[in-house]
Amino acid sequence: MAIDNDQLKTNKINIMKYKSQKVAYWFFALSMLLLVLQIVYGFIMGFARIGFDNLHDFIPFNTARAVHTNLLVVWLLSGFMGAAYYIIPEEAQKELVSVKLAYVQLISLALVGVVAIIGFHFNIWEGRKFLEIPRPLDYLVVVNVLLFLGLILTTLFTGKRRTTTALVLSMGLLFAALLYLPGMLPFDSQVTDSFFRWWVVHLWVEGVWELIMGGILSFLLIKLTGVDREVIEKWLYVIVGLTFLSGVLGTGHHYYYIGVNKIWLIVGGIFSALEPLAFLAMALFAVNMYRKGEKKHPNKLALYWTLGSAIVSFVGAGLLGFAHTLPQTNLYTHGTLVTAMHGHLAFWGAYAMIVLAIISYSLPNMTGRKLYESSRGRAAFWLSNIGMIGMTVAFGVAGVAQVYLERKFGMDFMTVQKEISIHFVVLILCATMFATGIVLYIVDFYKHGTPTDEALEIKE
Amino acid sequence: MLSKKQARAFFLGGTLVTFLVFILLTVYSLSASNDQTNHENLTDSVVRGKEIWESNNCMGCHTLLGEGAYYAPELTKVVDRLNLKYDGNGEEVIKSILMSEGPWQPNGRKMVAYGMTEQEATDVVAFFNWIGQIDLNGFDRIVSPLAKDKINS
Repeated sequence: MAIDNDQLKTNKINIMKYKSQKVAYWFFALSMLLLVLQIVYGFIMGFARIGFDNLHDFIPFNTARAVHTNLLVVWLLSGFMGAAYYIIPEEAQKELVSVKLAYVQLISLALVGVVAIIGFHFNIWEGRKFLEIPRPLDYLVVVNVLLFLGLILTTLFTGKRRTTTALVLSMGLLFAALLYLPGMLPFDSQVTDSFFRWWVVHLWVEGVWELIMGGILSFLLIKLTGVDREVIEKWLYVIVGLTFLSGVLGTGHHYYYIGVNKIWLIVGGIFSALEPLAFLAMALFAVNMYRKGEKKHPNKLALYWTLGSAIVSFVGAGLLGFAHTLPQTNLYTHGTLVTAMHGHLAFWGAYAMIVLAIISYSLPNMTGRKLYESSRGRAAFWLSNIGMIGMTVAFGVAGVAQVYLERKFGMDFMTVQKEISIHFVVLILCATMFATGIVLYIVDFYKHGTPTDEALEIKE
Repeated sequence: MLSKKQARAFFLGGTLVTFLVFILLTVYSLSASNDQTNHENLTDSVVRGKEIWESNNCMGCHTLLGEGAYYAPELTKVVDRLNLKYDGNGEEVIKSILMSEGPWQPNGRKMVAYGMTEQEATDVVAFFNWIGQIDLNGFDRIVSPLAKDKINS
């Protein structure tokens, strides 16, 4: 496929600057593959819930569930890593220190992920929600992440400049690695086990991952809106400041009813009620920068995903999180499908969409093929978003009905499940729409082809 | 107007302070005088039960302390609940489900057939009994006092 040289020359804002940035492509490709698998296992669970558990002998629900959530974590991490390999060289103005080691890191990440997923089908796991990967593989994850961090941090600190965007992104990645460790501590008591498991899970998604998201968001806004870096990065500090101020003590909302002191009802209640502020700030920030910006960047699709991520994360993580975070409400909703409602839109808005945003932005730059005018790309955006919002509503209705019937009227668990199974039919329909959007996104990804140095040379 | 330097100070300062408070609260809530994790009643059997619970990823369907996958019943007070349902034979019912060679599916939703030994099943029951005695700040499967009276009468 020929590259439209003239178009690229007139449009220098949209060009890959360093050869080593191409590594990012393969991390993104791995992300796409794992995302498809994640959705397949989601469907297996959806069908099991409406009575079609035909795969039970090979993929029982607990296997599907562990695969679904672990694939989510691995594809997002792969996306974050790809984002870092793309962003850090450009921010530090230096080629990545070793492209070869970056590929070693990619392949080992994929291998650890695949081995873990296969193991889940043979009852080999640790059985701790979200951290099901068995202990020996945990050590490999640590080695893998250390290699990744080594490459990123060496590039950053030997580079020409250290921008706030790059520092916040790297800090998020470093802390994410450090916070994996409390999840590896052995405990005899289920209570303390769970207590420290949340140090990983909560402080990841409501803490350091938001640094990663903020860093990627800031990079994209600088590129797409043309607003001065100093302005954008100042607000980045405010946002990540709000994140930690509310998010760290907000961990307490997981400690209300698991057998620890009542102090967490107060602390968790107050601080987790503040958590939406960080997401609100993020949404206002993104929309304002877009309004302020004078640059009309041609890659509208990347802009859709970027602003979409900031807005949907406020609704999914901020508002829907707030909906059940107060202890008085959580007493009823704890351990029900209400959590699944919040979880789906929060992860989609905050993390999935920001990864899809950086892919949409960087893919045309790496491959030199500008497909962002296509209606397929826009259809992918709208179908996946409307589908996911429909899924969230289905989970929400099922969850609220479950709370009333089971928690208030004392009906038996399975009787209630039968009553609410119709909402899972709706869920599957909406999920089909969502999956169609994702398939279109991946078709777009495939049509871009692989990265080429031509995309780089045109600049000179 | 806020400068970038002040914004950074807000971020670093806020993070440091909240993290320190978080560590202090962790120490406070797990200290001996405030502990309500039922730690003193942990037996070898309970610990073995927890190990079985984890190595079979029971949380991948059930919930325990409200944490899990919402596909199968909450098991926090399961012994009490089944005692009510089966005239005080809750423990025996649980053991027979765990030791069953065929999938247990009382309501059409299948559970993996684990075919556990008598000892393993006893350990899991010990684990459930231990979990059931934890002070959960008022969390129960049925939260409404009204519904609770209805069930118990």
